[in-house]
Amino acid sequence: MTARTWLYFPGCKINTFMPQYGLSTRSVMTALGISLDQTELNCCGYPVRHENFAAFMVAAVRNLAIAAARGLALMTPCKCCFGNLKHADHWMHQDETLRRQINALLAKEGLAWRQGIVIRHLLSVLDEAVGTDALKTAVTRPLTGLRVAAHYGCHALRPGNITQFDNPLAPTLFERMVALTGATAVNWPLRLECCGQPQTGKNNRVAMALMTRKLDDARQADAQIMATACTHCQMQFDDGQFEYGPPTGCAPVPAVLYTQLLGTAMGLPEEALGLEKNRIPWRF
Amino acid sequence: MFLTYCVYLSLAVCLAGVLWRMGRWFTLSIGPEAPSAPPRARIAACLHATSSILTRPVIAAIVKAWVVDVLIQRQIARKSVVRWVMHMTLFYGFVSLILLHALDDLTLARWDPDYAATANPYMLLRNLMGLFVLTGIIIALVRRHTLVLLKRFNTRADKVAIALCAAILLSGVGLEAVQISSAPLFDEMVQDYFGGDDPEEITSLKAYWAAYYEVVFPQPPVINAQSLETGQTVHEDNCAACHSPPTYAIAAYPVVKIIKPLAPAMGRIRLDIGLWYIHVLASCIALAYLPFGKLFHLISVPVSLAARAVGDTRGNAPLNRHTRRAIGLDACTHCGVCALHCSVAPLMAVIDNPDILPSEKIGDLSLWYTGRLERNRQWRLARGGNICTACGRCTDVCPAGIDLQDLWQASQTDLIDSGYFSPHGWIRTNDMVAWSKSAKTATTAADSGMHLVDNPDTFWACVQCTICTNVCPVVATSEDPRRDLDLTPQQVMNLVRLQLKDMALGCRMVWDCVTCYRCQEECPQKVPVADVLYELRNEACRRLHVVKGPTSKLSPSDLQER
Repeated sequence: MTARTWLYFPGCKINTFMPQYGLSTRSVMTALGISLDQTELNCCGYPVRHENFAAFMVAAVRNLAIAAARGLALMTPCKCCFGNLKHADHWMHQDETLRRQINALLAKEGLAWRQGIVIRHLLSVLDEAVGTDALKTAVTRPLTGLRVAAHYGCHALRPGNITQFDNPLAPTLFERMVALTGATAVNWPLRLECCGQPQTGKNNRVAMALMTRKLDDARQADAQIMATACTHCQMQFDDGQFEYGPPTGCAPVPAVLYTQLLGTAMGLPEEALGLEKNRIPWRF
Repeated sequence: MFLTYCVYLSLAVCLAGVLWRMGRWFTLSIGPEAPSAPPRARIAACLHATSSILTRPVIAAIVKAWVVDVLIQRQIARKSVVRWVMHMTLFYGFVSLILLHALDDLTLARWDPDYAATANPYMLLRNLMGLFVLTGIIIALVRRHTLVLLKRFNTRADKVAIALCAAILLSGVGLEAVQISSAPLFDEMVQDYFGGDDPEEITSLKAYWAAYYEVVFPQPPVINAQSLETGQTVHEDNCAACHSPPTYAIAAYPVVKIIKPLAPAMGRIRLDIGLWYIHVLASCIALAYLPFGKLFHLISVPVSLAARAVGDTRGNAPLNRHTRRAIGLDACTHCGVCALHCSVAPLMAVIDNPDILPSEKIGDLSLWYTGRLERNRQWRLARGGNICTACGRCTDVCPAGIDLQDLWQASQTDLIDSGYFSPHGWIRTNDMVAWSKSAKTATTAADSGMHLVDNPDTFWACVQCTICTNVCPVVATSEDPRRDLDLTPQQVMNLVRLQLKDMALGCRMVWDCVTCYRCQEECPQKVPVADVLYELRNEACRRLHVVKGPTSKLSPSDLQER
């Protein structure tokens, strides 16, 4: 998908909890010649999916129907939003009864889901629509020597047959993207594991154990920073790590949004990337 | 005399009510910080903050906020021009009518020695302002009854506010129209202000007023060139200084044209006096009602906007956060803009809970914090509040400057402290066995829509190979999965395969799942393990949500059939 204009789906959390992600995404995309259509969209349905599948479907599909009505492909920087929108799209293809019911509800607003709505995560848009060559040209200040642990984020990766993000067992996209900034993507065993955020505030024991395990693994691989490309993962590794602190004797591993890394490598000013808003500071 | 008493009485009620409402700002405890501080300490903290603001440059920000959001109402204009026209016409129409018409003895009559309410420019301006208000009322009514989301939630407060405005305005316009056409009133005026007593002159004046001033006499005077000429002279000598032609009464004049055939009858029953009483009494009722309904926003919104201009609630001293939130509850006008921009509002299509919408939630929070929300509504409030995704759009668009985001967070903590947990918290209040016993009695007809759990095809291939358990990161965090999780993913699949899903609904594995989908991805038999766990949570929620007459502390015994 090589469109130059995308329907931008920031998701709910960016506005309140991660404004630097929205800011850096817009800055980087503008600099790369991708224009983002910013219509008011609604919740992707992820938070309510535990409770009510039908409510999740209505919320998610309404966004897809708006993309269809505007004739645009949808791009989101959040992997949870991405995965859930893909799930909803999958179920709409799968289940005819459900498709009829949801479309009947959307019809009240003059909206309708149809086949062929394109949903992509930010990393895929950079890979497909911007392309490796353009990114190489744009990187004017390569992050040479920086060792980065690329954290994949579950909801984009799995289940691979639904999300179609990359090979779910041996993905390469994020490492390739990190390499384009001039940094070194380290090899670390737990790169495909969960950050723990879905249980933050629900079962903090689980959430913190998962986060700590990954951070230890990144440290052991000599990573200087962890790169994320998901609002929830970044909330976990930045806010979570800041609030709960690294284990004694360990330095924190700063979590940096991929758009902040890329923007830095492109020589964009710090304010355009919101680096000062990261709780655990990082500068190159 | 009676009406004078009414005015003073309603003024007293209004002032007492305002003090009572403002007193609540310092007594309601909203949020987790510094609970149960005495009102004295709260008032002291508020005064301290206010006085420190007055000496800081931030006072300029407050003045700017008042100019921009009270006088110009930019925030409303940004979201909807129609709503801005509605609010500006209502606001400026009513303010000018109150100052220059209701209080004309204190204002215009002092500035202008020749002031007469029936002379231009005052008559024209009054009618123009009346038309302004009428425009605002019509837009408000149309908006409340056409916007899909809003028309479902017209509260009594909304209706009362519009009805009072309409009653004052319509009685006022009607009164002026009846007065214009009233012959008895003409006779009274002649008696009071006409110098001479020449019957011929009075007859000519009648002819003139019948011809040009729309007065309808029971015995119509003879109108001819001569009587009009004499009438005009008499009119100019006695009346013209205080009476402009009724065509300038641009709101009342069309009404005069309509009611003209009925004017003699209206004159006989002195409808003008009746309407005068209605007009003044409606205004008195509105004044007395001001502190008790949404009209109170005249006072609370400027206060809220000033607080907002200083910064977010989180920046306030802990004691003042309670006060700030209490002011926020009072500042809501139920305008519904937040609902129109709410990120989870589309869920209303499936989950019929008005408290999903910020505009309804804040109303119920106000009732809850003042102890007036019945039990089942408390339940609904907690459920609705739980669905909020904290996107902050309601706070961004609120024209009253309420820090809604902060209010939701604070109230959610208070609701949880009162026993209204989220489903995840709820499950933790009991163990799997207790849940499974009661779950059996709480079956629901509908299923989630995924049709996985009850479908044998989902599981036929499961060979209990334990790969799902081995790859599960949640299982890996536990030294004793049986203690921490009750069951492993593979054991949950086995229960469901054996049609024993009731047993799995309250199992911690189901609720501690991080939805990473490793189990599902790596299952060699393509069992959708993670989706099954999702459906089990859906099923448990559905059974929990059919609770009737919930108690504040929930237990499995609260599960009942729909």
